[in-house]
Amino acid sequence: MKTTSYISRQVENLKPSGIRRFFDLAAQMDDVISLGVGEPDFVTPWNFIEQSFHALEQGYTSYTENAGMIELREEISNYLSGSFQLDYDPNEQLVVTVGASQAIDLALRTVVEPGDEVIVVEPSFVAYVPIVSLAGGTPVTIQTKAEDDFKLKPEQVKEAITPKTKAIMLCNPNNPTGTFLNKEELQQLAKVIEKNDLLVLSDEIYAELTYDDNYTSFPSIEKMKERTILISGFSKAFAMTGWRLGYAAGPADIIAAMVKIHQYTMMCAPTMAQHAALEAMKNGRQSVQEMTESYKQRRNFIVSSLNEIGLSCPNPGGAFYAFPSIKETGLSSAEFAEQLLQEEQVAVVPGEVFGSGGEGYVRCSYATSIKQLDEAMERMKRFVEKRL
Amino acid sequence: MKEIEVELLKLIEKNANLKVEKIAKLMGKSIDEVSELLRDLEEKKAILGYSTLIDWAKVLDTEEVTAMVDVKVTPARGVGFDKVAERIYRFPEVKAVYLMSGAYDLSVSVKGKTMTEIGKFISEKLSALDSVLSTTTHFVLKRYKHDGIILHDDDDDDKRIVVSP
Ligand SMILES: Cc1ncc(COP(=O)(O)O)c(C=O)c1O
Repeated sequence: MKTTSYISRQVENLKPSGIRRFFDLAAQMDDVISLGVGEPDFVTPWNFIEQSFHALEQGYTSYTENAGMIELREEISNYLSGSFQLDYDPNEQLVVTVGASQAIDLALRTVVEPGDEVIVVEPSFVAYVPIVSLAGGTPVTIQTKAEDDFKLKPEQVKEAITPKTKAIMLCNPNNPTGTFLNKEELQQLAKVIEKNDLLVLSDEIYAELTYDDNYTSFPSIEKMKERTILISGFSKAFAMTGWRLGYAAGPADIIAAMVKIHQYTMMCAPTMAQHAALEAMKNGRQSVQEMTESYKQRRNFIVSSLNEIGLSCPNPGGAFYAFPSIKETGLSSAEFAEQLLQEEQVAVVPGEVFGSGGEGYVRCSYATSIKQLDEAMERMKRFVEKRL
Repeated sequence: MKEIEVELLKLIEKNANLKVEKIAKLMGKSIDEVSELLRDLEEKKAILGYSTLIDWAKVLDTEEVTAMVDVKVTPARGVGFDKVAERIYRFPEVKAVYLMSGAYDLSVSVKGKTMTEIGKFISEKLSALDSVLSTTTHFVLKRYKHDGIILHDDDDDDKRIVVSP
């Protein structure tokens, strides 16, 4: 029996992620230094892990409340208020999810109706466009430009808006460009957003990982909290990718609607991970600060090295990605990444997998030890010198 | 102390082998700035030296022996424990001396080639000091972690998948 015809057209039409294809290539090779990884190289801080052991020993192996343990929601609420001056009611305005990924999925499924347009700012995290489509919406993409340091401009948002536009996805700091938007830039965007009555999905999973300026959370901007679903999680700043834990905060009615989907499709986020996250919220500051300091040094290192090599790279203000231009080499970003992998065993991700605006760039993750970064830069230097 | 001094010290505390050029790049400063900072820190003795953490067991046939000795002493009038501590820490066999609260006064770490050699040092030199009342010697059997570094930790391979979103 041929089963392909049973697969829904929508899923059938979904493009497989370009990341996946590149992963298959890289995974076959030995001695690869990977700058292709979108997660921390740090192992989860020991006290988080140990707290999870303790919870398991105590027998915390059952479901939690659908929205997540109330103690955890309270701690997240305190954290959001302490770190970002945000005021969310842990009972009604927070839901703990299986990664920020599920929070994005829940949010989009909750608000999108067939025909609704959702603006996605590219180059972007690879999941936004497919999730909008799966939710039945129409993704409308905006391409940020290198000459603007990949910063989203209010005029670009204006141009993309149609009567069908319902929401906009923002990601600050951004994956894959590392672009950081400061308070003023966000305020400019907020004006257009308010004028056009858009809902905002603000993915702030990299909020802790900013290196030069103070961070402004989008819902902390005047009048934005009431129209923003804040999405974040423990994966990046707390080095907890494998635990699969994130959360969303927003208006009570929207969160309640998200919890409705969550209770039928997921029940709750993993209990042992929630216990680890509780420790992360209570006693994680120091670890986050140390990791952030380390990322900042690596960022300084990789950005100056890339520029020395001849791959021009603006200074990214956050996350752990550098996004240099490879246009000088005359190669497309896919050619560059493939040849670099074959010749020098360094994996980077071709920019085009993050949207058409990413062509001509590659994403280099610097969540890797200095020793590895150093070696990777040597290899890339050799590679680029042959082509300039 | 300034923030950049702290950042610099933390970097070289973890790796004394970092070249100035590398440090400059990591900190986003010029090589001259970093050299100057280092010179200042050396002058004010914030940096006391650059040592290397070695697992001698990997190179020598015989492992070195370390003993932690709890020492009870009579403090001297006017100078307290400092004078007797000095008498002890001047011996090259002694690698560390701490004044402790609790059941004894000085914690002394002694290194030697063999247990006999350390025993000899303790009975002939340490215990023989007038102000030393008693010693209790504990030999180190295995080092798991030293100065923040986990030894025999060969499990440092990257467990992440090569490419991810
Ligand atoms: C911008 C962005 N949002 C969300 C996620 C998903 O994170 P999580 O592990 O919390 O699902 C990622 C992971 O790469 C990301 O880069």
